[in-house]
Amino acid sequence: MTDVVSLLLPMFAGAPLVVGGILLALPRQHTLRSVLGMVSLLAMLAGAVLLVVLTADGTVIAHQVALWPGGISIPFVADLFASLVLTVTSILAVVSFQYMIASREARSPSIASFVLILAGGVAGALLTGDLFNLFVFIEVMLLPSYGLLLVLSRQGDLGGARLYVTVNLLASTLFLGGVGLIYAVEGTVNLAELAGAAVDNPATAVAAAVCLGAIAVKAAVFPVHGWLARTYVVTSPAVTALFSGLHTKVAIYVIYRIYAVVFDGDATWLVIALVITSLTMVIGVFGAMGEPTMRSILVFHMVSQIGYILVGVGLFTQLGLTAGIFYLLHHMIVKASLFLSTGALEQTYGSGRLDQLGGMRTREPLITAAFVIAALSLAGLPPFSGFVAKFSLILATIDAGQVIVGIVAIAVSLFTLLSMLKIWAAVFNGKLPQDSERRAAEARVRETAGLLDDEPVDAGAVDAEIQAARERHDTGHAGEGDDHAHDHPHGLRVPLRLALPALQLAVITVCLGVGAEFLLGLSEQAAAGLIDTTDYVVAVIGQ
Amino acid sequence: MSLALTIGLLMGAGIYLVLQRGMMRIIFGFILVTHAINLLLIASGGVARRDAPFFGGDTSQAADPLPQAFVLTAIVIAFSITVVMATFAAIGRRDDDTEPDSLTPADLGDEGQEVRS
Repeated sequence: MTDVVSLLLPMFAGAPLVVGGILLALPRQHTLRSVLGMVSLLAMLAGAVLLVVLTADGTVIAHQVALWPGGISIPFVADLFASLVLTVTSILAVVSFQYMIASREARSPSIASFVLILAGGVAGALLTGDLFNLFVFIEVMLLPSYGLLLVLSRQGDLGGARLYVTVNLLASTLFLGGVGLIYAVEGTVNLAELAGAAVDNPATAVAAAVCLGAIAVKAAVFPVHGWLARTYVVTSPAVTALFSGLHTKVAIYVIYRIYAVVFDGDATWLVIALVITSLTMVIGVFGAMGEPTMRSILVFHMVSQIGYILVGVGLFTQLGLTAGIFYLLHHMIVKASLFLSTGALEQTYGSGRLDQLGGMRTREPLITAAFVIAALSLAGLPPFSGFVAKFSLILATIDAGQVIVGIVAIAVSLFTLLSMLKIWAAVFNGKLPQDSERRAAEARVRETAGLLDDEPVDAGAVDAEIQAARERHDTGHAGEGDDHAHDHPHGLRVPLRLALPALQLAVITVCLGVGAEFLLGLSEQAAAGLIDTTDYVVAVIGQ
Repeated sequence: MSLALTIGLLMGAGIYLVLQRGMMRIIFGFILVTHAINLLLIASGGVARRDAPFFGGDTSQAADPLPQAFVLTAIVIAFSITVVMATFAAIGRRDDDTEPDSLTPADLGDEGQEVRS
């Protein structure tokens, strides 16, 4: 069984690329494209779950492409850590694509291909055992992302997209430079052959630090986090959810991997990591304080949470890594759920600004449920997965003697709760402003006409759209009498299909919270594989 | 030594251009930076040995093929991203915030004409 699966490892990266290419050749059949795209993503999810099952006991599956001997060939490696991250990224790709289908964004001819190529690049980056290939797969991830940003950025603001390309290109180029330096010192870029190399040779440590620094830009760690808050807000909510789960988290995965293998968890540099992660936690949560829209608040919280996740690598103890890995998996799901639930509101009501929304608690019970669960989970309250993640992380900091980091983590989570309460008070409590019906109609007219946010819209078209929406609503509720007469403005509701993706992810965080034992066990095994990399090295090089 | 100096020069000039305003300057800057990194990759394989491994060349003096493969891949990727960036420079509508601040609509002057397309 393991042999067959190892042969199929490159397919995780290859198959989505091929299907993505084929889908580009079907410009007219958007239903067929959506179905094929969804089936491929589901197949990828099934494959990832299979990998988790096979590696759950600590087995490492490796495949040498074209069966060249180990050390010469390009290796694909799946250990439990990679399989777990791959599973959660596949879940997010499926749910985000589901949202794109629901919001009709997937009708655009290239979207399905972009999502598939992105998923393929992520799988390649997670499974490759070679630093240069890692660079290539990161680029494979980034190119469709530029396309997604471009096609789905509806606010007429390409400034964010330009910044995204520039920052990522600079980081990638720097990473490539680091890979070149590692090759110059060690004569190989195979991760397994580099095991422990940075401990033996300071020159390798410097070269690998260049790689880590470049990847830290992509992970949006303080002080190189500034681009995140300006780029993730300019695109569609589904794309933000997809990027938040895939891009920054793959970068975090790479940091864990490189530090575990190349540095062998060297304790010398951990103090630096802890200082940086603590600052990231604090800066992110304070940055969120002054933000005017739901999404920009959430994006700043992402920076803060990235700090939490990297505390695991900063501690580099068994408990710390277990907590860090659990936190990573939990965070990917919760954050995507929040982006999708607030995104559904944003797309339905035509605005994501706190001062232009209100009263959602009574209007949108499903979105409210999804938001409350995910927000409390993000802040770390029981019984959700965030509680287990934060509790185990804080235990790990105390266990490792880093009490200050633990105190920072607790304080920051209180501020996180405060921010969530701010969204709650502004968006879910209170009353919906009177002009929101017109604003929502304007947004729909703009979308149909392909207008940018700062271009004037035809007032007559907006009036017609308002009328049409009321009629649609009335025919949908014919025979219910005047029961809904009080909920002004009627004709404005988040459709079930838009609320569903966020709800699904919220259910997962409840399950992970109640049944945390299961995932904690897996995280523990994955952490053990990072602390003792012998199995990884043996599987790749042999002996 | 000349290689190291060239890399330094290209990198310095590239970073200087990336920090300038204007999308085209940033693109040119990135072209220079990627050239610097490509030279770095070539240098990482050692440049003293440069015989061909076939046609009777001395294999012990053969050039390291791996960095060459790296550079080839890197050139293709850098080229494609340069094209993407050039697209971003071309399709922006009135929102290129990498352009100088003085060109805000208020400063367009008495002619009332839009300077930027």
